[in-house]
Amino acid sequence: MYIIETHGLGKLYRRTWALRDCSLAIPPGSVVALVGHNGAGKTTLLNLLVGLIQPTEGSVSVLGGERAGSPAALDGVGYVAQEAPLYQNLTVGDTLRVIANLNRRWDQGRAEARLAELGIPLNRRVGRMSGGQQAQLALTLALARRPKLLVLDEPLAMLDPLARFDFMEMVMTAASQEGMSVVLSSHVLAELERVADYLVLLSHGRLQVAGTVRGLIAAHHVLSGPVSAVEKLTGRLPAVHVSQGNEEARILVNADLKAGELPEGWRAEPASLEEMVLGYLREPDVSALPEAEEVAV
Amino acid sequence: MSAMTVPTSGSAAATAVRPVPWRKLAWVGWRQHRLALGGAAALLVGMCAWMLVSGLQMRSALSSFGLEHCTPLTASSCTTQETVFINDYYSGAQVVVGVLTVLPILVGVLVGGPMVARELETGTFRLSWTQGCGRTRWLIARLALLAIAVTAGATAVSVIFSWYYHPILQLGQDSPLAPQIFDLQGAAFAGWTLAALAISVCAGALVRRLVPAIVAAVVAWSGLLVAVVFCLRSHYLAPLTGTGLIDPTNGNGQGVPWLLSQWWTQPGGMPASQAEIATLSNQLRQAGGLPTTQAVQQWFAEQGYVKYFTYQPASRFWQFQLIEGGWLLALSVLLGAATILLIRHRAT
Repeated sequence: MYIIETHGLGKLYRRTWALRDCSLAIPPGSVVALVGHNGAGKTTLLNLLVGLIQPTEGSVSVLGGERAGSPAALDGVGYVAQEAPLYQNLTVGDTLRVIANLNRRWDQGRAEARLAELGIPLNRRVGRMSGGQQAQLALTLALARRPKLLVLDEPLAMLDPLARFDFMEMVMTAASQEGMSVVLSSHVLAELERVADYLVLLSHGRLQVAGTVRGLIAAHHVLSGPVSAVEKLTGRLPAVHVSQGNEEARILVNADLKAGELPEGWRAEPASLEEMVLGYLREPDVSALPEAEEVAV
Repeated sequence: MSAMTVPTSGSAAATAVRPVPWRKLAWVGWRQHRLALGGAAALLVGMCAWMLVSGLQMRSALSSFGLEHCTPLTASSCTTQETVFINDYYSGAQVVVGVLTVLPILVGVLVGGPMVARELETGTFRLSWTQGCGRTRWLIARLALLAIAVTAGATAVSVIFSWYYHPILQLGQDSPLAPQIFDLQGAAFAGWTLAALAISVCAGALVRRLVPAIVAAVVAWSGLLVAVVFCLRSHYLAPLTGTGLIDPTNGNGQGVPWLLSQWWTQPGGMPASQAEIATLSNQLRQAGGLPTTQAVQQWFAEQGYVKYFTYQPASRFWQFQLIEGGWLLALSVLLGAATILLIRHRAT
């Protein structure tokens, strides 16, 4: 059973594939970081997950086999879209009431407690709140539905650094206490490193990297050493990205290293998530995907 | 923290999920459209108040002129008084008729225009269409709520209009089937209002922006009205053909018929030209004949000319109402279904 499962998923907009050949199988309880350049297909993938758009080809299911967008799927998926759209003319209290009445399950106490913590009064008009407060309200609405899967599209974009920290803290608490899975797309790599345990990297509508963060980090190393020996190394090891300074070069490799394999003057260290993601973002043609059989299981 | 009641495995969960009750969805519809509904209600109530006041004035004038028992209009005293009464009140009634004619589309765009268009324009559909109830139920609940509200309001207005306009119909000034007033009465008015709502909502889903959607809805609805008035309505049932004088009491007090066309024939039976009729009329005037309708008819008859006309009798009023109300209802349901399909399959 997977919380998210896609097979050959593709979405065509007019004559451009926004997403293609996307096959994923993500276990429940994961906190998935979805990264990629602007226009890489992140929002398209998220919209497919919540059923806002229909796939052109392939299939997408959530919550262990529910077709995305079906009543059973919608019931258990909370979604906060980019820029957290809300009804600007309603008060906070009315917004809670409206969303409560659009759902079968609703935890009013949880919503009110969280708003009180954030210092957002119920009689405040949504249109008069800051972007950050609106994002917090949108997340509150999604969490009060007690979802099994929480989908967040660029949730941090409207928040200041402290609010980002608190926001992620809150998502993580909810995730760990209730076994909720989370998918979030973001450009803030440092924040993702702290929370994500599964990475999905898209590039030009294609899946470039997918896997558990632990597994990916174990498989990747950063080698650093004198520039002169770079070519010798990249011929031997599966290099993802090479960055060269005046004297020292750094190579991101997707390989297990055996002792004594490195030439004189070179050292290896485990890759950080951020360095790994940046390496792949710079090299859209290199991919790191689980084997096809592994996905099908 | 153990409020998780939904099973998460397999398709068994799909059947186990009880949908969100319609009552709750209807409340959301009311909460989000109450301003527009209030505005529409104010418009309708204002119209009703105007018609009530002016209808009462008309009735007191009717009795002070002694016209209450003047049906059918036979006595010559009645004819003179009627002319005075019509001079005083007919033009005022036509203003009411004019305003009522555009009321359905006004209500339609006010209530129905923003329903889908504003959600798409502001991006809030990403919020509302991803809630547990799903977008189809969300839409159906709203469409039903607004359709019921708008139909009820329109029915009330048309009942008051029928009462208001009754004296003028009674005096035989207009046919109840006359193009300018037929669709302000009975099922037709409710039908046109419902169609205006359906067209507005559908235009919103198609055009996806509020102002262009409103423009499109106004154009579509007005075009439909013009086509029906000028081309379609007179063919609901085959018109009757008559000769001689039009009997103002035709239809046993149900009102004067709706005259569609008229022409004269020559003594041989061939249609007479306009010029021919004009010449004859001049001859009559020179002979010193009174230019009353009856005198003209008689004079022409003596010359061997016969007047023919086609018409719809006033007794067909309710049949026509059912036909027009019926197809407008069907059109509205179709447009509603089209909107649902549009939103289910084609939206981001």
